[in-house]
Amino acid sequence: MDLEFWNENVELMKREELDKLQLERLKNTLINVYENVPFYKKRLDDCGVNPYKFSSFEEMGKIPFTTKEDLRLNYPFKMFARPLDKIIRIHSSSGTTGNPTVVAYTKEDIAMWGDAIARQLFALGLRSGDAIQNSYGYGLFTGGLGLHYGIETLGAIALPVSGGNTERQIKIMQDFKPAAICCTPSYALYIAEVGKEMGVDFSGLSMKAGIFGAEPWTDVMRMEIEQRLKIDAYDIYGLSEVMGPGIACECTFKNGLHISEDNFIAEIIDSKTQKRVPKGKIGELVFTTITKEGMPVIRYRTKDLTNINYDVCQCGRTHARMAKTIGRSDDMLIIRGVNVFPSQIEEVLMKIKGIEPHYLIVVDRRNYLDYIDVWVEVSEDIFSEKMNTLEEFESSIEHKLYSAIGINIGVKLKEPKTIKRSEGKARRVVDMRKGEKP
Amino acid sequence: MPIKQLTVFLENKLGRLAEVARILKRENINLQGFSTTEARDYGILRIVVSDSDKAREALKKAGFTTHVADAICVGVEDRPGELLQILDTLTEQKVNIDYIYVIAGTRIVLSVPDIEKAEKILVEKGFRVCQ
Repeated sequence: MDLEFWNENVELMKREELDKLQLERLKNTLINVYENVPFYKKRLDDCGVNPYKFSSFEEMGKIPFTTKEDLRLNYPFKMFARPLDKIIRIHSSSGTTGNPTVVAYTKEDIAMWGDAIARQLFALGLRSGDAIQNSYGYGLFTGGLGLHYGIETLGAIALPVSGGNTERQIKIMQDFKPAAICCTPSYALYIAEVGKEMGVDFSGLSMKAGIFGAEPWTDVMRMEIEQRLKIDAYDIYGLSEVMGPGIACECTFKNGLHISEDNFIAEIIDSKTQKRVPKGKIGELVFTTITKEGMPVIRYRTKDLTNINYDVCQCGRTHARMAKTIGRSDDMLIIRGVNVFPSQIEEVLMKIKGIEPHYLIVVDRRNYLDYIDVWVEVSEDIFSEKMNTLEEFESSIEHKLYSAIGINIGVKLKEPKTIKRSEGKARRVVDMRKGEKP
Repeated sequence: MPIKQLTVFLENKLGRLAEVARILKRENINLQGFSTTEARDYGILRIVVSDSDKAREALKKAGFTTHVADAICVGVEDRPGELLQILDTLTEQKVNIDYIYVIAGTRIVLSVPDIEKAEKILVEKGFRVCQ
């Protein structure tokens, strides 16, 4: 296959040139926030970094991190680096645990965002003339509109279906013949499930690719989606505080997500010591925007855990690749002193034959001890009239979870459809210790 | 000929068995007999019905996980010693029973690892094996 590029100069740029470009853009960004955002002026003054004399990545390491809390304290508009007459779009998080975080974009920012995503879609083989079904939610959430502008910048046909109304999604898939779909991986599975019930043969549809993000998902989940929807499933990464989707995305080699390094500087730090870790090591991902004007963020802590590979990819692109995230450090459960990521549980479950890709992790405290149960639905593949078949199935899952994770995790067999299907971000964990209910 | 026995996975929560019974009534399917086995949080319901295909279709549509399995059905008289005769016959031939229950019309439903063999034994001994 001959590889084609959306912007060859940028995508194949040598590391030294890329470093130079990043430093130059970082300096401009630091000047921008120093002059226009009082929060950052104080930060830079306090740490002794003069943006006008800024010169190295080492010096960058002296700048304090920006956190979600910083954005909340400056709610709603105090982090903006441009006057409101230059802002053409505002997005916001849901703010379930306090003030929402607000982000702003200038006209140039929206163009940059669209271009970053267009480049990623192009790398996946999508071209003008292709219809792309965008089933991310449209609204204050960055997913829907982010992808939408990317599709339009590519020159492809945007199908702005948004989330929900799954039967109509499938009808559009059959009638409008999209080449690709964008949504959360959990919604992709739900579409597959509904399609199966409707008797749809996905191999007979036109879809070749799926661009899935907004929640962590494992490689085994990828295989499940690919097999059910008969497509190639790609991971796209983003968070609204930094830009939204399109900060990084896989290429067809599915071996890490290329970070859009001409727009963002990625660092990996140790969450505890807050120091950079050696290249290639796993840690918390930190992003600095270097082209955004409306609301740049400097060293924003994503809480996502991953590692970065700086080797040139098989596709020829030089932009570094981040591994699929293990999950957010916030999602980590501490059960009787053992750290457990929901993605570890998913990894084990999805490898078991006959298990449905819908599961729920329920954490509870009984008699002052923490317990984890995993709810799994009983499909006809594993069900028989003998009780011991089910009991053996249950204990074999428990055994596999114990060998992989090292703590006892109980398995609860449930009737089909007991676990709520998601049309957006899936809720995989219910923590009853915090009063949540399944 | 073994009979078709329909099995349904039920979570141990209020109203689930009633839901199965409601669906069967709605579909005008006669429930001839049933048994349940329960584990910690769930159970298995085994039923013998007038039309197992139709019953399975209706239950599946309502979201239940189902399974159809063969079982032996033996007609007995309502008097002392009837069960023992069957058990003695099978024990003599070293056939172990997995599960057994009674359904309407004084019939006993039972399952064994080798259904064909056990059925043959019972027929040869003169038992009334129903279809």
